[in-house]
Amino acid sequence: MTTTAEHAPLPYPFNEPAGLGLSEAYQEALERPGLLRVRLAYGEPAWLATRYADARLVLGDRRFSREEALRHDEPRQSEGSRDSGILSMDPPGHTRLRTLVAKAFTVHQVEKLRPWVRELTRDLLDGLEALGQPADLVEHYALPIPVAVICRMLGVPEEDRPKFRKWSDAALSTSSLTAEEFLRSREELRAYMAGLIEEHRRRPRPDLMTGLIEARDTGDRLSELELIDLCVGILVAGHETTATQIPNFVHALLDHPDQMALLRERPELVRGAVEELLRFVPLGSGAGFPRYATEDVRVGQTLVRAGEPVLVAVGAANRDALKFDAPGRLDVTRTGVQHLGFGHGVHHCLGAPLARLELQEALGALLTRFPGLRLAGDVEWKSEMLVRGPREMPVGW
Amino acid sequence: MRAVSWTTEVDRGLCMGSGMCAGLAPELYRLDDEGRAAPLRDRITPDERALDAADSCPAAAILVREGGQLIGPRP
Repeated sequence: MTTTAEHAPLPYPFNEPAGLGLSEAYQEALERPGLLRVRLAYGEPAWLATRYADARLVLGDRRFSREEALRHDEPRQSEGSRDSGILSMDPPGHTRLRTLVAKAFTVHQVEKLRPWVRELTRDLLDGLEALGQPADLVEHYALPIPVAVICRMLGVPEEDRPKFRKWSDAALSTSSLTAEEFLRSREELRAYMAGLIEEHRRRPRPDLMTGLIEARDTGDRLSELELIDLCVGILVAGHETTATQIPNFVHALLDHPDQMALLRERPELVRGAVEELLRFVPLGSGAGFPRYATEDVRVGQTLVRAGEPVLVAVGAANRDALKFDAPGRLDVTRTGVQHLGFGHGVHHCLGAPLARLELQEALGALLTRFPGLRLAGDVEWKSEMLVRGPREMPVGW
Repeated sequence: MRAVSWTTEVDRGLCMGSGMCAGLAPELYRLDDEGRAAPLRDRITPDERALDAADSCPAAAILVREGGQLIGPRP
């Protein structure tokens, strides 16, 4: 019997950019022992973990390093994206930055925002009704919610949205941006953030940016560039994924009218429904941010050698039948869903509690307001992005 | 002066199984079969990483005490 390693690496990612399907290639992968060998558009070939247990090992075990990627030709979907700040760091450097911001995003802290987020969804739904149908759910609902929330938390003027959307899109793009174009966009976003930081230095405010400036200026706990990149990272990560998952979840529910009806009948299910949707919807077109083994590590039936990268296909791991019963079925009544939608381990999504809150409120309010919610035109899907979702989604009600 | 040892605990009702603590301080915390975090030992020698784990936990489920006094998560 030959091992997977002896086959030529498979071209990756497997998923189609349009829609939210999970490629059948993952199912085939589960039928073979061990990890797959894959090759992305750029960088060296990598192992690909698709099973839940393997995914959790690679993401959670200290023998796997993100920092090591900086010393390798990291497998990636675009030419440019290399140093991703806090996501390219290991403990203890990672811990130093993470602890500076972690408290702002705990469940306890973000719950305080819930009444305001609820108001926000109500006002936006009023706006949608005033606009009339069909209306674009992305532009008028999904995007404004997380943008308003992260702008308020961080201390970024919401009216700058058109500016930072362009840079944010570029940061998550896998398109034909050259390395030079990618860097230019990143420098523009950094310059914009550096300007905001200077404004905050002159006039401190009760927001996260002011808190981080204090940690730098009085505690010397991070460098100026780390401060800028941390704010940039929070701004980009703080809205892009949630803005994408809101229409994705609506799309998935429209695809499963029985589940949609159940959720309308029993709105108290919304928390569990959000967890189930985080499991069920494969957000990524592929997998990024490879972990490098710092010593030989056995992952399932594969021995990963020191210095080899492993990618984790979260969307596939979330449909592993060894972990989830009937994994291909969307079931909003599932309980205790331990999905990997927010990752796992030290890089577990900083904003997970905030994203949960936003998704719960956004979905709950939308379904309650519009019992007849439906697609009212063709969905235009994003292409060439790390995350998949509608760029435009016309809905009626 | 520091007491000889600290104690640490994880509130399993709050724990969301992010794996943050076990990734950050595998010498102190682990995930059990249900995916929830637990300290390897309740009583530990003073270790900055316990405070880091308590500070980093998204669920604020990790507590660290010196004597009876709560020292982590730090304010």
